[in-house]
Amino acid sequence: MTGTPLPDHPDFLWRNPDPKRSYEVVIVGGGGHGLATAYYLAKNHGITDIAVLEKGWLAGGNMARNTTIIRSNYLWDESSGIYEHSLKLWETLEEDLDYPILFSQRGVLNLAHTLQDIRDSRRRVHANQLNGIDAEWLEPDEVAKVCPIVNIDPDVRYPVLGATYQPRAGIAKHDYVAWGFARRADAYGIDLIQNCEVTGIDVTDGRVTGVRTTRGDIAAGKVALAGAGHTSVLAEMVGLRLPLQSHPLQALVSELLEPVHPTVVMSNAVHVYVSQAHKGELVMGAGIDSYNGYGQRGAFHIIERQMAAALELFPVFARAHMLRTWAGIVDTTPDASPIVGLTPVENLYLNCGWGTGGFKATPGVGWCYAHTVATGEPHPYNAPFALSRFVTGALVDEHGAAAVAH
Amino acid sequence: MQLIACPWCGEREEAEFHYGGQAHVPYPAKPADLDDEQWAQYVFFRDNPKGPFAERWMHAAGCRRWFDALRDTATHQFLSVHRMGEEPRA
Amino acid sequence: MSNAFRVDALGSVDRDKSLSFTFDGREYTGHPGDTLASALLANGVHHVATSIKYGRPRGIMTAGVEEPNALVQIEFPFPEPMLTATTVELYDGLVARGLSGQGRLSTRPDTARYDTVHAHCDVLVVGAGPAGLAAALTASRAGVRVVVVDELPSPGGSLPGTAPACEWVADVTDELSANSDVQLLRRTTAIGYYDDGLVLALEKRTDHLGAAAPAHVSRQRVWRIRARQVVFATGAYERPIAFDDNDRPGIMLAGSARTYLGRFGVLAGREVVVFTTNDSAYLAATELADAGARVRAVIDARSEVPAHWLDACAARGIEVRAGQAVSGTSGAERITGVRVGDEEIGCDLLLVSGGWNPAVALFSQARGTLRYDGVLGGFVPAGALDTVRTAGAARGVLGSAEVVSDGAEAALGALAALGKTAGEPVALPAVGDAPAGAPGAVLWQVPGSDDAQFVDLQRDQTVADVLRATGAGLTSVEHVKRYTTIGTAHDQGRTSGVLTSGIVAAALGVDIAELGTPRLRPPALPVAFAAFAGRNRGELFDPVRVTSLHRWHVEHGALFENVGQWKRPWYYPVGGETIEEAVLRECRAAREGVGMMDGSTLGKISVQGPDSGELLDRFYTNVMSSLKVGRVRYGVMCGVDGMVFDDGTVLRLAEEEFLVTTTTGNAAKVLDRMEEWLQTEWPDLRVRLTSVTEHWATIPLVGPRSRDVLALVAPTLDVSNAAFGFMTWQDTVVADVPARVARISFSGELAYEINVPAWYAHTVWEALYAAGGPFGITPYGTETMHVLRAEKAYPIIGQDTDGTITPQDLGMSWVVSGKKDEFVGRRSFDRAENRRADRKQLVGLLPVDERTLLPEGAQIIATETVPAPPVPMLGHITSSYRSDALGRTFALALLRGGTRRVGETLYVPLEGRTVAVTVTDPVLYDKEGTRRDG
Repeated sequence: MTGTPLPDHPDFLWRNPDPKRSYEVVIVGGGGHGLATAYYLAKNHGITDIAVLEKGWLAGGNMARNTTIIRSNYLWDESSGIYEHSLKLWETLEEDLDYPILFSQRGVLNLAHTLQDIRDSRRRVHANQLNGIDAEWLEPDEVAKVCPIVNIDPDVRYPVLGATYQPRAGIAKHDYVAWGFARRADAYGIDLIQNCEVTGIDVTDGRVTGVRTTRGDIAAGKVALAGAGHTSVLAEMVGLRLPLQSHPLQALVSELLEPVHPTVVMSNAVHVYVSQAHKGELVMGAGIDSYNGYGQRGAFHIIERQMAAALELFPVFARAHMLRTWAGIVDTTPDASPIVGLTPVENLYLNCGWGTGGFKATPGVGWCYAHTVATGEPHPYNAPFALSRFVTGALVDEHGAAAVAH
Repeated sequence: MQLIACPWCGEREEAEFHYGGQAHVPYPAKPADLDDEQWAQYVFFRDNPKGPFAERWMHAAGCRRWFDALRDTATHQFLSVHRMGEEPRA
Repeated sequence: MSNAFRVDALGSVDRDKSLSFTFDGREYTGHPGDTLASALLANGVHHVATSIKYGRPRGIMTAGVEEPNALVQIEFPFPEPMLTATTVELYDGLVARGLSGQGRLSTRPDTARYDTVHAHCDVLVVGAGPAGLAAALTASRAGVRVVVVDELPSPGGSLPGTAPACEWVADVTDELSANSDVQLLRRTTAIGYYDDGLVLALEKRTDHLGAAAPAHVSRQRVWRIRARQVVFATGAYERPIAFDDNDRPGIMLAGSARTYLGRFGVLAGREVVVFTTNDSAYLAATELADAGARVRAVIDARSEVPAHWLDACAARGIEVRAGQAVSGTSGAERITGVRVGDEEIGCDLLLVSGGWNPAVALFSQARGTLRYDGVLGGFVPAGALDTVRTAGAARGVLGSAEVVSDGAEAALGALAALGKTAGEPVALPAVGDAPAGAPGAVLWQVPGSDDAQFVDLQRDQTVADVLRATGAGLTSVEHVKRYTTIGTAHDQGRTSGVLTSGIVAAALGVDIAELGTPRLRPPALPVAFAAFAGRNRGELFDPVRVTSLHRWHVEHGALFENVGQWKRPWYYPVGGETIEEAVLRECRAAREGVGMMDGSTLGKISVQGPDSGELLDRFYTNVMSSLKVGRVRYGVMCGVDGMVFDDGTVLRLAEEEFLVTTTTGNAAKVLDRMEEWLQTEWPDLRVRLTSVTEHWATIPLVGPRSRDVLALVAPTLDVSNAAFGFMTWQDTVVADVPARVARISFSGELAYEINVPAWYAHTVWEALYAAGGPFGITPYGTETMHVLRAEKAYPIIGQDTDGTITPQDLGMSWVVSGKKDEFVGRRSFDRAENRRADRKQLVGLLPVDERTLLPEGAQIIATETVPAPPVPMLGHITSSYRSDALGRTFALALLRGGTRRVGETLYVPLEGRTVAVTVTDPVLYDKEGTRRDG
């Protein structure tokens, strides 16, 4: 049995330009969101005088570290709106970017293990269906049909009592996605500037005028933050305090295995989310480390717990080998929903707080954030995710009855 | 997994502790006097620095006491721990 | 062909015993002490796997964990995917096959045991080669606690199998073993360095025993070693060179061939060519020649070769060609020749040495910094850390004598850091020092066809792939890694990492020292999921909590519901009843006769001290301090965001003592929260909190006949309404057991909550059950409890709320005190969002068709026909039941502007239809409260 080789990347990806003295738009953060925003600014709004500034290597943060789950089966209308918009973009993204992003709509199962899980899950399914999102409730035997290796034995500690199923959900290959956006952005003439850390943001009369970087000062008409876990650090440069906490989030991968796992399985109660990627490796996410941290590493007892949970649901994984673990930095908000919109500083825009869920939103938020930056007004899909909601109390709380927030 | 020096029990494994976020954010003396913005700041907004951070921990599987710590969020290393109400000691 | 390549008098395998094994369907034999790889080589088998992308035959390239090629699937005794043949110890009956990319998981359950061990020491030495042994011995002689971990079955590492070396190893091992403060762990690989001296190591305890492994011994265990000082004596990995067709079976790293000869007595080939950039491969050339191989030539990329090696080769008739390189190879399933310049030299084994890469993964994980060593051509530790140091080849020191000294030095450094005085110095082994050598040359690539020069053999990636990546605009090794997948396979780039950096640096014209290598991530060795899961599986995955009445419930046929960690009786089917039938029967008993349930899982917190009332006033939305001793009050507490957090009853036991009850699922959270605020916000309050959840068994006795039953078992108690009113409690004796009885009702019926010390629960329960017999007493579970409370619109926190619901939303403004200025969360009620009239509010829903049971979680819309999505949703159904008392179905729902909608008809869309419902007040049963006093 031979593994499935990945498609080749194109022969050319991007230039490595030196920064110019000024740009119409400077995007801070060359991850998936920053690159997608640049792309849609050019494509949808005709703005190409853009620099994307990345302090390390492009898409080397959470974009390179996530478990690539894509789904839109969120509880609240506001969430399902933006995530479903994103999912629809995913469905044509490969052609749009002309890049083999390996978007695979293999479905996602969100398992229920308690009677309250069942109520919450069914509530989400009903809401999803009325929002036009494919979702169904599966009984345990139906779960086993979708994913035969899930242990549905009723005698385990937390038996599988059923699951929600979104067939259109799936996974994609993260680097390919990021590089697809990057290549397109570069082709529009957008400057992707690596090893360029933003050290200051200049504001004059309440209006942003540029950024200071390790590669010199850059003037900017507009500045769009897309720094994920480092957003608080960036916002602090203009004295903006945000309801964000940055935490390590770990993930891991096994060796290449013959196909055993046809879908994506997520469990809140037993805390597992796992898929088998294209080449055959199991890709699995662990729980979030409890403390604030920018170290891109987490504690090992989280991984051990994760392994125990995985074997509860998938006894066949017993002798799969953990090949590699790593961690990203996730910026979490009090209501487990993102913040995308305007700031008190004129022409300074904010996209952050995606916590563990940012990858799936990449095209969707790129689209909406580009709209926000280009027009100075939030897109209807990101309007509910304004910073002001923490003052009014109009939260979009995806903790409680919602699915696992990954 | 770090060793955390509980100021009451000494060094213990990180798994015994519960994290409590930013330290020194007192419950407002008169919440009713705050405007919505001020109240939101208390309820939802916390510092999130990269570097030294004054925060709270609780020795959940031990003495169950809350204590303050100064920890570097960039390295995750504890710089100091001290009992509630005491001044930080390096 | 049976062990035709075994050389007499060399190696430490046990030749008196033979082991049979099967590889790729053919049977072979080997000996105890062999690895699968050494046994295959002894049998002349080189082609063991097939490459993933191009399907090329692949052989055995190394003798250890760095192996990129010889990946095998174990099929017997138990299927295990993707192990390196070089690390599988041979056992009788082993069945394995070579892999091409993907391993296979067993569909049979793995019944092996896995375990975890904790160890603490002053000095941890990783690696028991010459440096590690010297370090361990030096440390142990200072009287400190030492742990040594080594991946091999016996210590010695790369020391040659000569008599003096073996003797030294034996002496050191004996001395270490005799010291009770030293723990020497064999077959144990350090897999990761974590914070504060924590090193995880995997010990393989029974893998080498095959099917004979005793079932009671854990197969593998994870050591969690907490060390004050760590010495990594992890050695070095030999570096390959990129040249055309450098991937054929029969191409091996030179040092590995020495290992096969010295440790296993196996000659990896008979016609040998050596291609090297440094002195170390001459050892392989001369040793293999001495063991009977014909070494055709040593091709040395350097123009100058040390005279003593020229002499040594000349003495053996080995031609040395300086300043030349192997530019290609020929052969199909096995190498048959190499090309040097225009010349073809026949061979069945090509040994390659491009220099040595120190094994720095663990040091790097410890956040030690690396620097490029231009002489070595590799990355070495830039220096020791406070608690972590490296020794020997792991920091670029080569040569046995130097390595031993370096190990001792590292230990002295560790001892100094610990403030310990060193003991007697460690004697050096007589390993016959080679004369000082010449520096190696750094050679990444021999010019040729880039697409035939493999860099990462496991991923089938060539120099051409690397150059495509740099040509595409990639300038970071991390990008190149992702573009090519180099370094992401099973071997994690041990042989390919530095080579890739070298090629990238050359292509981009940058300094490799600046470029660096990709990040080395844990674990250092692939580890089975089950090993990390350890014992935390099945019942031990999460503790099971049961009440002291659990056995009774089991014996009486209860089905259970998981609530948090608790097992709670869900319902008690009788004679094949469905859940619906059982629950209707249980409800009827409670409404018309008497029922009883086990409420012991309710959280109970004893709150004591002069300021107890004040503390509770600050948490609960209503006033608790005014509660009189002997009385009970229901309360709700909110988060600072004003959302309902928990609810329960509060009993005032004495002037300075309250008993707070919580929901089952929130018991720990409520206590945590009270402790947190008491310690951090209000340390001035004189209050003590104690969880007493498991001290008490709680038995609600419910229904119009409950008074009769209680009277029978509590003869000294005046159960009359006058003497024992609603929401009061009394200490009394029930079934001869001291008990606290409260008049609390979660059903609207006359009810008593009987609390007794948990030890006596069974006696009291049985007494109640017996006394209630004549009244048809019926045990009921959580499902019936839910129906009874829903008929009265008592909310279940977490079911009828979801963290976005205030007390007002639940229609419980009455529980929010107007007298108190402040309690936690109050300020949030005044936010804009909380003032909206169209907030979701708890209402009752009656399906127009009385038999239709609405699914919980269903959404509510305004129109009979469902419009196109997105459909505006008004709310959702939180609870829905068939009611015996109402003789129909009913539901509770959270409905936008719900209280204003009472009387409206709305619709619940279900698959392909909508169900009409009438919005009602949530209290559907006995709204006047006539039943609570019996």
